[in-house]
Amino acid sequence: MNVQFRPEPSASVGVKTAIADCDIHPARAANDELYPFMAKRWHEHLVAYGKQAYHGMMEGPPYPKAQPNASRRDAWPPEGGPQGSSLSFMQKQLLDPYNVALGVLNPLNSGQGLRNQDLAGAICSAINDWQIEKWTSKDSRLKGSIVVANEDGVSAAAEIRKRAGDKNFVQVLLLSRNVEPLGQRRYWPIYEAAAEIGLPVGIHAFGFGGNPLTPSGWPSFYIEEMVGHAQCQQTVLASLVLEGVFERYPKLKMVMIEAGFGWAPSLGWRLDKNFERLHSEVPYLKRKPSEYIRDHIWWTTQPMEDPERRDHLFQVIEWIGWDKLLFATDYPHWDFDEPSRVLPAGVSDANREAFYLGNAKKLYGIA
Amino acid sequence: MTSPLPGGVDCDLHPAVPHLTSLLPYMNDYWRDQVTTRGMTDLVSQSYPTNSPISSRPDWRPGQGKPGSDLADMQKQALDRFGVRYGICNPLYGVQMVFSEDMQDAFCRALNDWLAKEWLDKDARLRGSIVIPAQSVEKSVTEIERCASDKRFVQVLMLVMGDMPLGKRAYWPIYAAAERLGLTIGIHAGSAYHNPPTSVGWGSYHIEDYVAQATAFQTQLTSLIVEGVFARHPNLKMVMLESGFTWLPAYLWRLHKFWRGIRMETPWVDRAPLEIVRSNIRFSLQPVDAPPDPATLNRLFDHMQSDELLLFSTDYPHWQFDGDEVLPPGLSPDLVRKIMIDNPLATYGRLEFAKETTP
Repeated sequence: MNVQFRPEPSASVGVKTAIADCDIHPARAANDELYPFMAKRWHEHLVAYGKQAYHGMMEGPPYPKAQPNASRRDAWPPEGGPQGSSLSFMQKQLLDPYNVALGVLNPLNSGQGLRNQDLAGAICSAINDWQIEKWTSKDSRLKGSIVVANEDGVSAAAEIRKRAGDKNFVQVLLLSRNVEPLGQRRYWPIYEAAAEIGLPVGIHAFGFGGNPLTPSGWPSFYIEEMVGHAQCQQTVLASLVLEGVFERYPKLKMVMIEAGFGWAPSLGWRLDKNFERLHSEVPYLKRKPSEYIRDHIWWTTQPMEDPERRDHLFQVIEWIGWDKLLFATDYPHWDFDEPSRVLPAGVSDANREAFYLGNAKKLYGIA
Repeated sequence: MTSPLPGGVDCDLHPAVPHLTSLLPYMNDYWRDQVTTRGMTDLVSQSYPTNSPISSRPDWRPGQGKPGSDLADMQKQALDRFGVRYGICNPLYGVQMVFSEDMQDAFCRALNDWLAKEWLDKDARLRGSIVIPAQSVEKSVTEIERCASDKRFVQVLMLVMGDMPLGKRAYWPIYAAAERLGLTIGIHAGSAYHNPPTSVGWGSYHIEDYVAQATAFQTQLTSLIVEGVFARHPNLKMVMLESGFTWLPAYLWRLHKFWRGIRMETPWVDRAPLEIVRSNIRFSLQPVDAPPDPATLNRLFDHMQSDELLLFSTDYPHWQFDGDEVLPPGLSPDLVRKIMIDNPLATYGRLEFAKETTP
């Protein structure tokens, strides 16, 4: 690759052509926005008991964010409501100015990570209906992600199959932190259903599964949670590979969302090295771990790792493959990656097009 | 192949305790009685099952007994073979797994005395690490002070997967004692199994636990840096042992980005994480988690942007390399010298002390 690098990130490269944004977070203007899509029994339940997750807080996250809702200060919609809750403002602030041709919605505040799996399923199903009603039916650039009761593989698979063939959805969405590592068998019905209806499974950083956020217990700070998503995602991916998920579901595609990608080559090398020694423990694996990763995994870009010398990051991308990266902004969150700043001048036109749009259209089946 | 230089420092050797009963002579009557009356079994950690392929190189596996349990083997296979001047012993006996801090303390004391008598006394090249009962900070400090009078102890040893993140303020008296006494803090792969071995719970397989060690080092580095350990103890050196290092550049790129974004949360962090790592953190060489081609590895060294971070190690008797290929191919003679001699001597102040005081 013949790339010219400037000492500082350039603001002037410009994104003239259309882009895909593979990580947009839609929010509800108010919680009762979901009520039309849920049985009355669940309205009453939520009023009385709230959402009981695998952590102690009745409201808000256990690690307070750096800003309200972890969002950009300029992302409050003028008509009120939280950041990301207004389609018209999202169009004005994100979709129109950046020429977003495909926007993938990843609803984070759903029923995922709740302990009561019936409640989780009811909220997730409502969120899926709500994505159509409020977003995808109103702007054809936006596509939804099917959220499911993540700890109950059977009901999750039923929800996925219910949406089979529905062009409003382009992926199934899970969060990275669950009760067990995501390669465990309790989650296999989810992968089976997703492979069956031909949608990739996106695994977005976050969630709570009751496990301490590090192998040495609970850290103190929000920055540790944020940086730690990369470590969680590595163990999730190792679990998926080593449990043989990709042997069992050879057509399954997965997207690692918002957990970085710079760690991927090193993880692959470490897995391969130890697989050489310990193959007899996982004899059902027919190929080297890094080969499953190369064939089955895509990566959203935001938050792009930020080296002192930018050429280092593009060397890492060469190790991963330009065909596997999906551009994302993470709108409306504070660590938004500005589309015009993430690639330096000199990346080839073909790689640039793949990075910003082509890979996403191909993966998500958008013409 | 890159040839080792004579006179180096092997920073990660694992002498094995043959059995819990081997420590009985180093326990008092009460603990001897506890071990025997209660029928306690050997303390082998799941982090290193004795017969797992990674626990010993095939040609280093003895006819009987645990790999690494025989000094003559270690001399022949590691110390003599790679011509080292010093070898630092990091016992991985599973004393950290017990839940009683009193028992842990008794076993750590026995282990440290065993190491001095059965190993350090028998080969003048060997140096030791003080294993501490980290569940009790008070007892840990007492044990550090007790052992530190023996200058052959150059380091305090902690496991990377323990009870709490290592930056937590509760641990700081340990770091203060180490800094005061000129000891390095070594953090070694392995779990006390007081928490699940990954941040998303328990996996199914030994290989998952081992692969996850690298992620545990990453979370510990974040904790140590953002809690402010190195603002309080700017001269404290910490060594990540058997951690792998090829993950370091991308990890730091991410940490640095978030630190710039939300440093208001931890305003006491007085230097950029990159700078803290360059001045205070070191990594043992093995395992080298990279393909065996010099181009890739040299690109990684370029990404690390420092030739002072790595310390030579064989990880004896663990199976990290074959033959004499302890150094990956393509290293410059300059870098070999740094890794084998200059960097370890700059990291372990007590090695210099030994150099000055022993003929």
